[in-house]
Amino acid sequence: MALIKISSYFIPIIVLGIILYGFYKKVPLYDSFTKGAKEGMELAFSIFPCFIGMIFGVNILLKSGILDQLFLFLKPVFQFLKIPIEVLPMALVRPISGNASFAVMIDLIKKHGVDTFLGRLASVLQGSTDTTIYVLTLYFGSIGIKNSKYALKAGLMADAMAIIASILLTSIFF
Amino acid sequence: MMNLLWGVFFVIGIIYSIVTGNMEAINNEIIEGPKLILDLFLGMFPLMVLWSGIMNIAKEAGLLDKMAKWMRPLFRVLFPELDENDEALGYIASNITINMLGIHNASTPFGLKAMKCLQEKNKDKKTATRSMITFLVLNTGGVTLIATDILAMRSLYGSANPTEIVPITILATLSSTIFGLCMDRIFYYRDRRKHGTH
Repeated sequence: MALIKISSYFIPIIVLGIILYGFYKKVPLYDSFTKGAKEGMELAFSIFPCFIGMIFGVNILLKSGILDQLFLFLKPVFQFLKIPIEVLPMALVRPISGNASFAVMIDLIKKHGVDTFLGRLASVLQGSTDTTIYVLTLYFGSIGIKNSKYALKAGLMADAMAIIASILLTSIFF
Repeated sequence: MMNLLWGVFFVIGIIYSIVTGNMEAINNEIIEGPKLILDLFLGMFPLMVLWSGIMNIAKEAGLLDKMAKWMRPLFRVLFPELDENDEALGYIASNITINMLGIHNASTPFGLKAMKCLQEKNKDKKTATRSMITFLVLNTGGVTLIATDILAMRSLYGSANPTEIVPITILATLSSTIFGLCMDRIFYYRDRRKHGTH
């Protein structure tokens, strides 16, 4: 609990630190803020096409229910490897949608209890992986990169490693 | 790659829905979905504007350069292509720091700015550079020290010790980030051998 309390200090302290440092360096604070905010606004608008396009595409795939089918198909493989199959939907959805995998995590916690192996594993999985495909489209899309070379491969392999490490470490420590 | 992947999402999603007769969900997504995506964007929009403003103060005060200087030993290993005083490094440093604290929405403008800086020096505007890919892997590997949203959920669902997952999460994310960076290196050298020096 203490850590949650401490973490609630982070953002205000970062803001305070920047403002104080700006004072110290005699930066025209308000002018500087509005100038940066204007740039941020343009940036946000410029990524909107990537944002809506990617999330829309991902949602079409998710809503079709095909991942449930894929889940059934992969089940024997997971059982053979002694990997808890309950986390499979999370692992499948995580690279494309952080919200979707967060929802699966809450589902697992509700169903199995928060202080169980699965409850802990779901939390560790959510915390140690990221929405690789989403970030890749957003970041590269915003500057017009068409050829991402080996970026997707490397990113997804890192995600796979995170999943394996989460399962191993959670089994060892709990 | 992205063009293909994006197209495949639609082809698979819609054909599978037609086959399984799940048309209502897809129709719903096409008609109502964009509104929800806009809501998501509107939730993110003011945060991005606000943090870009605050970030600009940090930049004009020289704080970003300072952070980049602290992380120099790390950056020298990770981004051998970049000059030590490259503007992008300041943004990358802030992006990583904020990600570590688990404030992902606030870190996005820094990441986008970093990419923009890297793109300015890119000779082939359509192809990702080595540094861009390394930064992306670093970002998606996302070393998170404290994932605030997850801890909040754990305490909401009555965990006796919500923070017990923190050390394990750090270990898992650290190992995956290091693994990702190694893969990034290996792929880079393989790519270079295939296409000659670049």
